[in-house]
Amino acid sequence: MATVTPHRVRPGRGLELGMLTISLALAVGAYALVGLATTDSVPVDILGYGLGLGGLSLGIHLVLRWRAPYADPVLLPVVVLLNGIGLAMIYRLDFAYEVRSGTESTFAARQLGWTALGVILAAAVIIVLRDHRTLRRYTYTSMVVGLGLVMLPLTPGLGVEINGARIWIRLLGQSFQPAELGKIALAIFFAGYLVTNRETLALAGPKVLGLQLPRPRDLGPILLAWIVSLAVLVFARDLGTSLLFFGLFVAMLYLATERHSWVVLGGALFLGGAALAARTFSHVGARFDAWLNAFDNDVFNASPGGSGQLVRGLFGMASGGLFGTGWGQGRPDLVPYAESDFIVASLGEELGLTGLLAILVCYLVLAQRGLRTAIGVRDGFGKLFAGGMAFTIAFQCFVVVGGVTRVIPLTGLTMPFMAYGGSSLLANWIIVALLLRISDNARRPAPPGGLPAVAGPAVPGDDAGPAAGPGGSDHDTEVLEVRR
Amino acid sequence: MNTPLRRLASVVVLMFLALMVGATWVQFVQAPDLNSDGRNVRTLYREFGNARGPIVVAGESIAQSVPVDDAFGYQRVYTQPELYAPVTGYYSVVYRRSGIEEAMTTELNGSADSLFYSRLQDLITGRQPQGAAVELTIDPAAQQAAWDALGDQRGAVVALDPTTGAILAMVSKPTFDPNLLAGHVTADVTANWAALNAAEGDVMANRAIAGNTYPPGSTFKLVTAAAALENGLDPAAQIPAPNELPLPLSSSVLRNFGGSSCSPSGEQTLADALRISCNTAFGQLGIDLGADVLRDQAEAFGFGTPLQVPMNVTMSYFPDEPDAAQTALSAIGQYEVRVTPLQMAMVSAAVANGGVQMKPYLVQTVRSADLSVVTQTSPEELGRPLSSVNATVLRDMMVQVVADGTGRSAQISGVQVAGKTGTAQTSADAPPHAWFTAFAPADDPRVAVAVIVENGGAMGNEATGGAVAAPIARAVIEAVLAP
Repeated sequence: MATVTPHRVRPGRGLELGMLTISLALAVGAYALVGLATTDSVPVDILGYGLGLGGLSLGIHLVLRWRAPYADPVLLPVVVLLNGIGLAMIYRLDFAYEVRSGTESTFAARQLGWTALGVILAAAVIIVLRDHRTLRRYTYTSMVVGLGLVMLPLTPGLGVEINGARIWIRLLGQSFQPAELGKIALAIFFAGYLVTNRETLALAGPKVLGLQLPRPRDLGPILLAWIVSLAVLVFARDLGTSLLFFGLFVAMLYLATERHSWVVLGGALFLGGAALAARTFSHVGARFDAWLNAFDNDVFNASPGGSGQLVRGLFGMASGGLFGTGWGQGRPDLVPYAESDFIVASLGEELGLTGLLAILVCYLVLAQRGLRTAIGVRDGFGKLFAGGMAFTIAFQCFVVVGGVTRVIPLTGLTMPFMAYGGSSLLANWIIVALLLRISDNARRPAPPGGLPAVAGPAVPGDDAGPAAGPGGSDHDTEVLEVRR
Repeated sequence: MNTPLRRLASVVVLMFLALMVGATWVQFVQAPDLNSDGRNVRTLYREFGNARGPIVVAGESIAQSVPVDDAFGYQRVYTQPELYAPVTGYYSVVYRRSGIEEAMTTELNGSADSLFYSRLQDLITGRQPQGAAVELTIDPAAQQAAWDALGDQRGAVVALDPTTGAILAMVSKPTFDPNLLAGHVTADVTANWAALNAAEGDVMANRAIAGNTYPPGSTFKLVTAAAALENGLDPAAQIPAPNELPLPLSSSVLRNFGGSSCSPSGEQTLADALRISCNTAFGQLGIDLGADVLRDQAEAFGFGTPLQVPMNVTMSYFPDEPDAAQTALSAIGQYEVRVTPLQMAMVSAAVANGGVQMKPYLVQTVRSADLSVVTQTSPEELGRPLSSVNATVLRDMMVQVVADGTGRSAQISGVQVAGKTGTAQTSADAPPHAWFTAFAPADDPRVAVAVIVENGGAMGNEATGGAVAAPIARAVIEAVLAP
């Protein structure tokens, strides 16, 4: 017997359009302010820029109306705002670089190109992928693809080393970080694998100090993920990517099993591995030293591996103070990589603490809407995948901003949607497309008759909650609640 | 799976809270420390972005900021760089500042408290903020004369207006071009800095006030004579002036310059002893007066007192606890007595000004960008190291030094010059430093001057203060007195 609670769901596309207008006004306004501050005039291409950004946003908005009318209305405006603010800052830095070097700097133009490509890719994902559960069919393919992408930079001839880290490949004259796309593939794999094996992994093992440990025979997967992330740390020399993969895996493992012991175990493994790496490999140890003794003069002046960049970023943020210097009025270009790794410091300098906190709130909203989507969607795979993706965005922010503000050691990750870099931008737009797709599924009212909204492949274990748990009882979606 | 998702959402909120606390810590709590960190170049860049005020001598800028089309916006340009380097100092992106650029930096960049109303006006009227102009007391003719007369010799010249303390000339050689350090290309500036530091003769030191201090030699006899007069010595009385003065408790013997005799009788007046710069007479006088009396007199002239003009002046020094032999040597400006050329000019100036010592200063006025006077230095009395009667007595003795003594080469026709020579031994194998300090006209002093030429200058071992330093002092006096 089915009890049906009628509950009107608003698709929210009108709301989305309204918020998009605000985002675009802020982004184009920032662009205009940069021009006014640096050249005393509104940039000549402001109309083209506004129309371009507006057209892209409107385009994906229309695609959503067509193919995913129930998608979360907050995700797209937040992402457009973040991407637009990032573009304005990169455009502003181009000016500073040009003045200083006397040669043309085209970061902003390239970033705009990547943005366009990212939006088009996102639209393509929404159009082509009608149901996210299709991805589950590619669980093991994704594993191979994901690992392949991560290992690609280690291929001789293809991979290039930049600033000591081997996470780039050079293809057709463009450098690319395949790990950015790899994280999506690995999240698909983790979700597919965990949703199938969650009962086994959740089984209780020995109890130590009041903590219910998993069975020793089930430790295989986490050890494997640990070894892979350590391999990334050692061979690609990239603490950030390594931390991101392992964090993603542990978070999804916890989501699947509800066992805190996995988190404790994962944390211990990572800390142990990192401590070992810090002792064994000088480049990892130097990062810790630069974090703990950043203001020590020897550490400050050490190159490479010193804290010079970090401390210069802190100087910049401090000079911005509470309200910032204003667009184009500070000197963010004094920090190396101000347009990519340190764009947060650049924003902190020119927009002040106020602006930086507002940006952080935008990211928090983005991550929370992603997690909300995971709670709303009905299938286990979708929950794990959406939860994992949302967590990735939050975790990446934490690692980047935490590194720049000296909360944690500095690592080489990019700020999603803001930092200059094609691979990061493309990957994050795809993540948003996937979240939009899943949120459409989550918020779409079930058709009368209690059947799933979209027919997906019948896979065992494709239920809403843990087998022993209260099932869908903690659903709090606004959609029709169907119980059989 | 919803429970762990909700917990994860809480964890995400906690992570962002940590970030917000971190950002607040950096941008609010820690910000003042970070902004004042010596390695933070932003403060300097912000300064360079403003129009820094000029440094002005007699209505002409000797240092000014010119708009340029680079990241800084303004380029500091020194128009007569080497002539004025000891005064202006340098202003560098890489190596901060020195000289007036450092001492008056808050006025020049417009951030001084005294410029508060000027800044407020700029804020209200929307005018581009501009630093204040710093006008110096330097007399360009005297500065040029000192520069030319010193030639290629190492040394320093400083000239004062004895009635006010205004510094009329301040030259130090060898010197440097501050434009070399004012560039905006770090690599070039760094290379120039290294070259200047490696250059022979410590070119960036201002020898007039803050180089190495020098033994004053016989110019210190002015201090000893002042101490004797202040302690009741009758200027007409005969004092012992033997050919050789055996130093108490030592095997050494103090002789006169070139082993000559001061007086056939072995006695002479204080005036004669000063006129021919008799070492034995002043050595004995020092022993008789004692180290404490000499030190008190030296301190009354400014020894051991910190002084800013507004740059910091190295303190001159009289030894702490010399024995009798060391006191005898100290009384003739040897042993461990050390002075700056400015200190010796201040001794002459005090004698010239009737025993009243005026505080030396280099900045006449500070003018805001709209030409209104922000601050003006008014002459300030520093102390009265000797009575006006004794000052007149000592002045007449100094006139005799130039008229008929060791300082004859400082004579100027039609002008009565009062002076004192010095030839200071440094070490056995190096030529002596040549000194001369003077003021003129004796009856109505308008300039007091001190000159040092290191290690005898062009004359080497043959040098004396009278032969090498006195003509330089004369040139400076002539330049100041020229109509």
